[in-house]
Amino acid sequence: MSLISTSRVKSPWLIHFDCGSCNGCDIEVLACLTPVYDIERFGIINVGNPKHADILVVTGTVNHRNKKALKNIYDQMPEPKVVVAIGACGTSGGVFREAYNVVGGVDRVIPVDAYVSGCAPKPEAIIDGVVIALGKLAEKGKKVDQGIFERLEKTQSAITAR
Amino acid sequence: MAKTVLPFGPQHPVLPEPLHLTLTIEDEIVKEAIPKLGYVHRGLEKLAEIRDHNQMIYIVERVCGICSCMHALCYCQGIESLMGLEVPSRANYLRTIWAEMHRIHSHLLWLGLFADAFGFESLFMQFWRIRERVMDLQEETAGNRVILSVNQVGGVRRDISAESAQWILDTLKKVEKETLQLKSTILDDYTVKLRTVGKGVLTKEKAYELGAAGPTLRASGIAQDMRQTGYAAYSELDFAPVVETDGDCYARTVVRFNEVFQAIDLVRQAFSKLPEGELAVKPKGLPTGEVISRVEQPRGECLYYIRGAGKKFLERVRIRTPTFANIPPLLDMLPGCDLADVPVLILTIDPCISCTER
Repeated sequence: MSLISTSRVKSPWLIHFDCGSCNGCDIEVLACLTPVYDIERFGIINVGNPKHADILVVTGTVNHRNKKALKNIYDQMPEPKVVVAIGACGTSGGVFREAYNVVGGVDRVIPVDAYVSGCAPKPEAIIDGVVIALGKLAEKGKKVDQGIFERLEKTQSAITAR
Repeated sequence: MAKTVLPFGPQHPVLPEPLHLTLTIEDEIVKEAIPKLGYVHRGLEKLAEIRDHNQMIYIVERVCGICSCMHALCYCQGIESLMGLEVPSRANYLRTIWAEMHRIHSHLLWLGLFADAFGFESLFMQFWRIRERVMDLQEETAGNRVILSVNQVGGVRRDISAESAQWILDTLKKVEKETLQLKSTILDDYTVKLRTVGKGVLTKEKAYELGAAGPTLRASGIAQDMRQTGYAAYSELDFAPVVETDGDCYARTVVRFNEVFQAIDLVRQAFSKLPEGELAVKPKGLPTGEVISRVEQPRGECLYYIRGAGKKFLERVRIRTPTFANIPPLLDMLPGCDLADVPVLILTIDPCISCTER
């Protein structure tokens, strides 16, 4: 049990979704993975499949077309999961908040656990935001893990009874 | 073999941005590709109605984070010609320097992403390591890594001191040396050549007919570069467009790779000729009339149409970006290619979806 909860926080996998961003934040998220910042040395891997991911990193404003795609990706992620909204656009809509096709920040569609401000935030700030989200991931993980063996037993007995 | 319809995107590991293509494939060979755009559409041209012409600079800088400096430059040029402002010579040179630094970082970024698209991850890391040096230059001179915000109507906001200039030139020397070390890896490698040579050929006639722009056009043998029109300080600098004739993925890589060195050379020339003087003139009056302003972005020609009616708020701002021009050539390249080559072909036009959809 403790092995799972430790490794979940010590080696989180993240998925990055560009949700109507201007690319500024996207290239900074990618810059976190490259040699100068290199978050991979802490076991953080950028994955392409939401079903493998613990952290959803969202950049940019939500618009009427991609809000379904964002919700879909969030729903596909297994519990426990956390969301980090990057940049002024991700947190509130930024300079585009009054445009006709913009819904607003990411929190209009899915719950957000950490906000990173800046336009565009520096890679250090993005790493900081992800670390804050990791604390929340550990808390959420405890709730998910609570009584997991009892639940497993229940499922197994249900299967054998069938 | 029956036809299969395969959705590509909008969330795809190889694309940093949401682009959706509906691919019709037959036996792993692409027969037809239909793009579906609009995932990044924000409607920022309409924002001109509620933001005045000075505030619009901040909006157009955020059309695209990779070429933000050029967007602001193009917009400011348009407004300046509407107001009849004469930009100081030093401001023109500084604009050129920042624009060329942006081109270096954009091309290094693309070379890295392209290496990643065919699975060469260590090369991706190497290019992005070099790129961080250029990002440091931008942060030191403009205060931000990505969105520089140096252009204003009538000139530039910041100056580059003589010590900074020396440091920039020293760093660019390192960038040049390190990029040159990677030349044999990206251009002479057997595996890389297998993935790029002869793939996605765009003939000279097709490129002209479909209206390709930027490196995609120049790789097909047409020497067209908006910098030749001589905006900012380019009329006083010495350069020739980088041209290749094969029109395949390899030629496009060569063009972008050589343009890194061309941009470094242009920065050096600009620093050697940098005149003393004011940074900006005070704008007088309001924009009246209509104008078309053009600049060369890393991805090609960017065009702004601006119409003002002597009011604080502009009547119309229309932006046509290079990726928009390069999508028809891409749709011409895709039919007939292997499904495995689709990501490589998409990346060779250097797609900037947030520019295209605005």
